[in-house]
Amino acid sequence: MYAQWIREGKLKPSSDWNKERKIKFTLQDPCQLVRKTLGDPVAEDMRYVVKAVVGEENFVDMTPNRSNNFCCGGGGGYLQSGFTEQRRAYGQTKANQILATKAPYCITPCHNCHAQVHDMSEVNDHAWETVHLWTLLNLSLGILGPNERTYLGEDLKDVDVFHPESEM
Amino acid sequence: MGDTAIKIGGARKSVFKDKVMKLLPEGGNLNACLTCGACASGCPATGLDGMDPRKFLRMAALGMDEEILSSNWVWMCSMCTRCMYVCPMQINIPQLVFNARATWAKEDKPKGIIGSCDMALRNDTCSAMGATEEDFEFVIGDVLEEYQEAQPEFADMKADVNRKGAYYFLNQNSREPVTEPDEMVPLWKIMHLAGADWTYGTKGWAAENYCLFSADNENWEKIVRTKVKAVEDLGCKVWLNTE
Repeated sequence: MYAQWIREGKLKPSSDWNKERKIKFTLQDPCQLVRKTLGDPVAEDMRYVVKAVVGEENFVDMTPNRSNNFCCGGGGGYLQSGFTEQRRAYGQTKANQILATKAPYCITPCHNCHAQVHDMSEVNDHAWETVHLWTLLNLSLGILGPNERTYLGEDLKDVDVFHPESEM
Repeated sequence: MGDTAIKIGGARKSVFKDKVMKLLPEGGNLNACLTCGACASGCPATGLDGMDPRKFLRMAALGMDEEILSSNWVWMCSMCTRCMYVCPMQINIPQLVFNARATWAKEDKPKGIIGSCDMALRNDTCSAMGATEEDFEFVIGDVLEEYQEAQPEFADMKADVNRKGAYYFLNQNSREPVTEPDEMVPLWKIMHLAGADWTYGTKGWAAENYCLFSADNENWEKIVRTKVKAVEDLGCKVWLNTE
């Protein structure tokens, strides 16, 4: 939907906020969305959106990617399974992919991925920030408020704050 | 000499694998394994509990039902289907795993997953955190008002609940309304700017379905049907899944 609305001109994100900063972002391909449902076309749509939002030159794909990407280990009930040690061993494959990109941010357009990738960052000494796509889309539209920045790092907490006076 | 060989042959008993094959189109190609190992080599669960997808299928093929149906590995596989995706024979190992989960007694299944499933069945909301219809409606209204005021450019922004005839029915993971409601707002703003005609429903709003993870076939279907009914009762055309 984000891709469609950007193409239709309904949403006009700008990546100017990242032109000088050049902060790098990588992207998780949620298994359920990509490999198991809509396939590589939706993976391309996601990349279209991410590049519009952070700047094409600031997007770093992990390897492998798209339908061939590895599962992060957040799905299938893993997060609630009680097999925490195994879940984290499983997730280290994903962590290594993210670390290899050297990107300080991983975008996770899936709740299970967000929870798992966030946990894997904690387990890897907070090696990256784990962020929803809606957060960055708002930032690139200049409408991200001060209380909507829970998952942004210190480098972006105070950038282009929408109504900073409403901070709680 | 070596270990006692596993004797294959004699009267064939219906094994777990055969039961699963009956359920799947083309039998899930479960007899087509050539042990190439593409599945195992690309599986992040390979090695956990000494198991991997190739081994799991091999054991099923050999009728080692007792071992595989009591293996905790079925909860360490996320059923991501990468194995099937790379398999030259398109073998449906994830369905083998799912159906193995389904054979477990409820009291033996992971408590966290069962607990979330039970919670979701308490309410028509289907919320695994037990949020009620009233809770949900209140939080949405409360947060909306707060942001309409704090961000006047969005004074006309809507976050309708139960609006009949809306085009999109947007679902919501329980996490946000219960623990971090501010995280709902960025998506509302996107929907507003895009001019999307959308609503939430107090029934069936929760995006999660833990009964599916616990392979509780009766109840995951029940949850899905509750959600479908909610969308249909409001006359929405599209069920929009949140990130």
